[in-house]
Amino acid sequence: MSKPNPADRKYSKEHEWAMDEGAGTIRMGITDHAQELLTDIVFVELPAIGKKVKQMEPMAVVESVKSVSDVFSPVSGEVIEVNKELEEHPEVVNEDAFGKGWIAKLKMDDPAELNNLMDAARYTEMIKEEKH
Amino acid sequence: MKKTPLYDRHVALGAKIIDFGGWDMPVQYSNVIEEHHATRTKAGLFDICHMGEIEVKGPQAFELLQWVLSRNIEGQAIGQIKLSVMTNEKGGIIDDVTVYRLGEERYLIVTNAGTKDKDLSWIETQRKARGLARVEVLDNSDRTGKIDLQGPLSEEILQKLASDDLSSLHFYHAEDTRVMKIPALVSRSGYTGENGFEIYTENRRIGEIWDKLLAIGTGLGLKPVGLGARDTLRLEAGMMLYGNDMDETITPLEVVYGWVTNLEKDFVGSTALRKLKEMGLARKLVGFEMEDRGIARHGYKVFKDATEVGVVTSGTYTPTLQKAVGMAFVPVAASRPGTDIFIQIRDHQARARIVELPFYRRQK
Repeated sequence: MSKPNPADRKYSKEHEWAMDEGAGTIRMGITDHAQELLTDIVFVELPAIGKKVKQMEPMAVVESVKSVSDVFSPVSGEVIEVNKELEEHPEVVNEDAFGKGWIAKLKMDDPAELNNLMDAARYTEMIKEEKH
Repeated sequence: MKKTPLYDRHVALGAKIIDFGGWDMPVQYSNVIEEHHATRTKAGLFDICHMGEIEVKGPQAFELLQWVLSRNIEGQAIGQIKLSVMTNEKGGIIDDVTVYRLGEERYLIVTNAGTKDKDLSWIETQRKARGLARVEVLDNSDRTGKIDLQGPLSEEILQKLASDDLSSLHFYHAEDTRVMKIPALVSRSGYTGENGFEIYTENRRIGEIWDKLLAIGTGLGLKPVGLGARDTLRLEAGMMLYGNDMDETITPLEVVYGWVTNLEKDFVGSTALRKLKEMGLARKLVGFEMEDRGIARHGYKVFKDATEVGVVTSGTYTPTLQKAVGMAFVPVAASRPGTDIFIQIRDHQARARIVELPFYRRQK
């Protein structure tokens, strides 16, 4: 069973989360549900600092033993920090997708884009429906 | 989609199911890394019912097989197994198979799942072309169930159910025995690089053996293992996968099958292969380890001195060695161990080094 989806952040339909950290920045990662589907994560390709991305464009790659999956940016903006820890320990995404397994921080082009994302309740509902 | 007799058990165990050569097969039960480690350190149980079993019997069985197989099977003892390929007239690999000599005039050819029908019609075509009337080619695949039990504890576990003493069964040998009193063919062989067994019995009885092995083995660390870990295990052990690392456009001389190809005898494709050997090979399948970060995957391009020179055929992260490795076709001139190559991973090229196969060899 996946962990509950925290209410302090927003969610994309591609299973990313974005947490508003103030001053027009967010921290993002993939959801616990996503890591559960991927199982054993063995490699994370982080974006370069300064990379500019559009909302829901691929910005990083997560690989399990058998699969390669794009990670989409929940907002448009610029990458200002990445979680270097994941280069040595990609399994942290499996262990703590909502916490220590964060992927990047971005400076948003337009904070209003957060409104395009789901809240925890709706995201929880969506993954419940996917299972049927 | 075809299902093996163990399909419902996989679903009950919570396995993730994928399409493999037209079969609904478990790719993983819990997770690939755990299943991989269980096989290397304890034991793993694999559903291999999807693979093909072709029986060839009669006074001309030897003659037919000597013609369709690249391996010289002269002198193969009853009970002995040999790995071989079948090639077409051009020397391209139709399939890689294991050949069991079961009796004086009786052989069992174990084929890959997706190639069984084509293998069967190929052998039958060659039989007719050679005018061999005193040999039968039978498809036993549907009535044969097969499971593999692999890993250091496999012998201890299987011995609890087998009628005969397994310690006298040598590597790449098979014997008719009973498992839980059910008649079964058991061989010491496999596709993981570990000590282990392949168990063949009637399709409708295979579930009983599967259940019992899990019941007595789970406490010792036995796990059911899906195709995901089967792939990482075979790749670490330097074994190729048909359809991935080779197909009909590739000859055994270019891959790691030169040693099963006997050019002293005549077989389908031998003329073409002798010529190819004489002219010299252009490409060769090699093993490589990633030096830069990243995982090479099937189909990624290989570069040398900024020129595209080859392609990755298999690539993964290996749980035992904890690094990314793979196999690739490269020009013979660049195939020596220690040579650096570059692999295109998405928008960048990552350095890899050619190494000797296998990547992993078990401690005996």
